[in-house]
Amino acid sequence: MEYFLELFLGGLTRGSIYALIALGYTMVYGIIKLINFAHGEIYMIGAFTALIISGVLATMGLPGWSILLMTLPIAVIYSSAYGFTIEKIAYRPLRGAPRLSPLISAIGMSIFLQNYVLLAQTADFLPFPALLPELPFMEGYAGIMSSSELFIVLTAAAVMAGLTAFIKFTRMGKAMRATSQNQRMAMLVGVNVDNVISMTFIIGSALAAIGGVLIASHVGQINFYIGFIAGIKAFTAAVLGGIGSVPGAMLGGLVLGWTESFATGYVSSDYEDVFAFALLVLILIFRPSGILGKEEGHKV
Amino acid sequence: MQDLKKSLLTAAWFMFLTFPIMVIRVDTIENTIEWRWHNLLLVGVSAFVLSYVWRYFMVRRERGGGKPQTDPAAQTPEWVRIVIRDKRILYPLLAAFTGFVASFPFLFSMYQTNIMISAMVFVMLGLGLNIVVGLAGLLDLGFVAFYAVGAYSYALLNEHFGLGFWVVLPLSAILGTFVGVLLGFPVLRLRGDYLAIVTLGFGEIIRLVLENWGAFTHGPSGIANIPRPGFLWIEFGLKDGIIFMYYVMIGLVLFTILVVTRLKYSRIGRAWLALREDEIACQAMGIDKTRTKLMAFALGATWASMAGVVFAAKTSFVNPASFTFMESAIILSIVVLGGMGSTLGVICGAMILILLPEYMRAFAEYRMIVFGATMVLFMVFRPQGLIRDRRRRHKFRKRDDTATSGDVAKTVDAHG
Repeated sequence: MEYFLELFLGGLTRGSIYALIALGYTMVYGIIKLINFAHGEIYMIGAFTALIISGVLATMGLPGWSILLMTLPIAVIYSSAYGFTIEKIAYRPLRGAPRLSPLISAIGMSIFLQNYVLLAQTADFLPFPALLPELPFMEGYAGIMSSSELFIVLTAAAVMAGLTAFIKFTRMGKAMRATSQNQRMAMLVGVNVDNVISMTFIIGSALAAIGGVLIASHVGQINFYIGFIAGIKAFTAAVLGGIGSVPGAMLGGLVLGWTESFATGYVSSDYEDVFAFALLVLILIFRPSGILGKEEGHKV
Repeated sequence: MQDLKKSLLTAAWFMFLTFPIMVIRVDTIENTIEWRWHNLLLVGVSAFVLSYVWRYFMVRRERGGGKPQTDPAAQTPEWVRIVIRDKRILYPLLAAFTGFVASFPFLFSMYQTNIMISAMVFVMLGLGLNIVVGLAGLLDLGFVAFYAVGAYSYALLNEHFGLGFWVVLPLSAILGTFVGVLLGFPVLRLRGDYLAIVTLGFGEIIRLVLENWGAFTHGPSGIANIPRPGFLWIEFGLKDGIIFMYYVMIGLVLFTILVVTRLKYSRIGRAWLALREDEIACQAMGIDKTRTKLMAFALGATWASMAGVVFAAKTSFVNPASFTFMESAIILSIVVLGGMGSTLGVICGAMILILLPEYMRAFAEYRMIVFGATMVLFMVFRPQGLIRDRRRRHKFRKRDDTATSGDVAKTVDAHG
């Protein structure tokens, strides 16, 4: 039972990170129907920025808590800036182009960013400092959940609640929903679609950065390649829940996290990534619209 | 003045953007920081210059994109048209080229010949993927899976049953087709971008299985001592073996070109193009969508699998590290940058993308970053690729009044 609980909570932690990244995919897809292949790289850049900033702050001799409080916002700002810039360079000029073009452009961007970090930093795995503090009252539960896992789950839940409220209640959120329903119609009623798209990229990137910093601090090491696998898995989560649907991405992330956690715990840990991909393939074959997605009709 | 202000802003923005990653390097173990301020200057200056270039091309693109090209032939540079028209120039040029290709292994070193062989493997792969992506418009990001199937089928069949290159080549082609159908069948009902991700997933699954199923594939350490092809009963030494391999490769590439061109202008080829342009309209014309797509997928897999056999024979060693997503991305960029659908374009693309990094070893580490940037830039500024694909066109001429027969003359565009 304790083993089951450990796997369950481990899956929950994993799943919340997937969900945070998946939200970026799903929001972008919902609005411009593009798989933002470079999204995983944004997450990686978030983690790298956090590593660098925290390293600088640590040599200045600041205490642990203040490092986390300063590092996270800076990583979020930088990731958002990258997301914003990428959209301007690689996707905006391709609006209205055949659907394959922006996708290939996105793949190119992803390769570019990976190698940019590889060249500017290093190809090796770098140890990531444990930014998340140890909570004394969690010691009794060390067998099933660490305090950094608790942090991840709580932060992810708070961020997702905030996002849901943002989309539901603010003017910008309303504009986003309108744009995702019908871009031209939204334009006609006075929504500045360009701004909405930029905003989507910024928010998605910010969420990815939060996920990146949290998981890097939990796992303890990063390299330039972490974005690739995380990106694909998060995309799987987004598809699982129904791409374009915000609650779907959250649910999909959790389902994927649990699947992986239980499969590696009870079956075999060698094939960890295979389970995620197999789940993706199965979902797409049997229910392409995902768990919460809507079936869409196609027109000529 | 406006431009200057914009460029300065761009430069400042990129200096801000790249600041942590380009300038600071932290050593977390020693707790030391390295500041590389010269990089900041570099980013600033290049962003400033590049923003001018970007704007210039943007303006050009907008101007050119406004009016649709009525005559694609008008885009061909003047000298190319003269060369193609004038047989006195064309034939000697072709003869010289053939002579150069035929005598290549004797003119250059073994090293060069080897590089040429791998370039030709990528020509084959590119032409195979061109069927899937360029003609049928299915974005396949796991193409390397079929390449791996071919390479491992040769390695394993040779290890366990002692089968030679010439036996395995057709076998692996059949196997590739089979695997292509097997993987294609469930996923081809999906829409474009889903297909991309699922094929990527499949590619990764195959690589992970190769890596982890040690009892069958020898795991990450791979399989060594794979023999080169012989001719009938003759076994070649190392040097002759490579030269023979070169000619085998030329034969295979010519065969590929022949088949691919014939396919492109066949009934199924036209069905692919139609499917690429508009799926629903195509179905309304009575084309079986699944069958047509499956055909493209399987044929692409066939070629990848054959290229895999050649690869295994050439390097005489296979391991899962040769079949990563990056390989798929390189093949894809060959097709995209060369010109989707265009056979000549794909050949040029493969030659440039494989040979250029080989001859510029000093810049080898910048290879992938340049790939990535070029993919983005090509999509933005030249989506048709290096060499634009030309549809063969059939023109109806107005009936000539003086002609006695009422035939409608049919001309075929010479550039087809």
